[in-house]
Amino acid sequence: MADQGLTLKLDVAKVKSDFPIFSKSKYPKLVYLDSAATSQKPRSVIDSMSSYYETTHANVHRGVYSLAEDATRAFEDARIQSGRFVNAEHPSREIVFTKNATEAFNLLSNSLSVHYLKPGDSVVLTLMEHHANVVPWLMLKERLGINLKFMDIDQNGELILDDIDELLRDSKLLSLTMTSNVLGTVPPFKFLVEKAHEYGLLTILDAAQFAPHKKIDVIDIDADFLIFTGHKIFGPTGIGVLYGKQDLLESMPPFLGGGEMIRDVKIDGFTPNEIPWKFEAGTPPIAEAVGLKAGIEYLESLDYEAISEHETALLKYMIDSLQDTFAQDIAIHGPRNIEKRSGLVSFSLNEIHPHDIAQVLDEYSVCVRAGHHCAKPLMRHLCVSATTRASISCYNDFSDIDALIDGLKVVTKMFK
Amino acid sequence: MTGLEDLYREIVLDHYRNPRNKGEINTPTAVRVEGFNPLCGDEIVVTLDLNPDGTLNIKIDGRGCSISQSSASLMSETIKGSQIKEARNKVTTFKNMMTIHENSLESSDDNETSFDIESLGELAALQGVVKFPVRIKCATLAWNTLLEGLDDLEKD
Ligand SMILES: Cc1ncc(COP(=O)(O)O)c(C=O)c1O
Repeated sequence: MADQGLTLKLDVAKVKSDFPIFSKSKYPKLVYLDSAATSQKPRSVIDSMSSYYETTHANVHRGVYSLAEDATRAFEDARIQSGRFVNAEHPSREIVFTKNATEAFNLLSNSLSVHYLKPGDSVVLTLMEHHANVVPWLMLKERLGINLKFMDIDQNGELILDDIDELLRDSKLLSLTMTSNVLGTVPPFKFLVEKAHEYGLLTILDAAQFAPHKKIDVIDIDADFLIFTGHKIFGPTGIGVLYGKQDLLESMPPFLGGGEMIRDVKIDGFTPNEIPWKFEAGTPPIAEAVGLKAGIEYLESLDYEAISEHETALLKYMIDSLQDTFAQDIAIHGPRNIEKRSGLVSFSLNEIHPHDIAQVLDEYSVCVRAGHHCAKPLMRHLCVSATTRASISCYNDFSDIDALIDGLKVVTKMFK
Repeated sequence: MTGLEDLYREIVLDHYRNPRNKGEINTPTAVRVEGFNPLCGDEIVVTLDLNPDGTLNIKIDGRGCSISQSSASLMSETIKGSQIKEARNKVTTFKNMMTIHENSLESSDDNETSFDIESLGELAALQGVVKFPVRIKCATLAWNTLLEGLDDLEKD
């Protein structure tokens, strides 16, 4: 067993008991180490959504009747909660709800392609972006003829900053992740946003992996846009969040067209609605917004300091155990320095394929991710076709890591 | 139990650890085909040539999971020395084995088998894969690559 000498402020047993899946799934000893793919849901989130459907549901922004007003208020309250969550200056106007993080990226790449980005303009990305922050720009490259530049990474999976001025000079947009979903790297995003602004670029931050673990402050970072996805921060699937500075959102044309996003429609034209509704075509994910609000409330009820202390201890324990147990047989990807990573550990074990590893671990109800993690440019760079990724959340404890190590011992024996 | 022993039979693991007919044929008449499973990154290279008597010579190379690599090795053993037509029949038989239970995973036992397990020899060890639908693509990769190779061989 692990050294439990640490005094943790987080009551992990209590946290775990807040998540029904750990007592109700058909896997009694579920060891869930795939929270980077999606988090499990606390009871409060599940209850908030059924309660909304049982007591409050109507379509939003349309009904004159009180029930519709209740639903609208619940939806808009969720927006304000999401805005406060990232410390937006104008929470009611600077938060756009989307289907997921991916749709938020597509919203930006499309809307910014109308007036802001022109053929030949350069967009700067990094080699460790999720496909959600690569493919929309590649599509724009095909459609509009923009250039893409990728910031390189070093052997530790950290961004190489030496030629940063050259990359940013004459570029129009920097879009980068706040935490790599493969390496766990947390790049110096605040510094990079500041640098980008010196050269007059707009900046987009992908907080999908950052948001479940650390406090976000868009005013402090001065990000122009920031994106996260509900299902990774204890909320439901089907809702993503785009934060954008008010003046920027106002200057941008809509993405999808339809109901809700218009002020007026005539047969020869339309006038778009105000922000943020201008970007929300059709009936939005209302119950999902309510669930997201409950997810954020749950996360904030835990205290970031306590989460961080617990998760750092878990990560350190995982890395040390992997290294002690498998020595030269294991290659751990990403930063050596624990301060520079968050939430997950990706590794290669001998030459054993991650699918075989995940398959055998499944026998012990240990859930890990095997594959390219939607980051193929990065996998090519690392010269691996796939890795095994174990990711953690506040409901994981040291025994989960022990189960992982025990399972991996079986794996190495089997494929020796 | 999920039937892990069914998936990783000893024969399968043995072919994974010690792949047979590994490498590439470098004769000028040989055809070379690459198969790739983008989802998991499995890679198979099949090289084929015809012996003077019209039978096949085959070598396999590549990297990936135990299922994809052992399937390739097992395949090379059954294919080596076959006529092209015979080889095609074996591909069909194998692919039948891989798809037969797909629509009736639960009742696999009393399924009527439309393929001749006997004829597959050691290959029957891969039968357990059908219980793991995500792994079927790993098992069939080598065979689909082989089919392409046979097409190329007949074209020339
Ligand atoms: C870093 C990062 N960005 C974006 C996404 C996309 O999130 P979603 O699939 O919810 O759109 C993910 C999810 O895997 C991610 O890890």
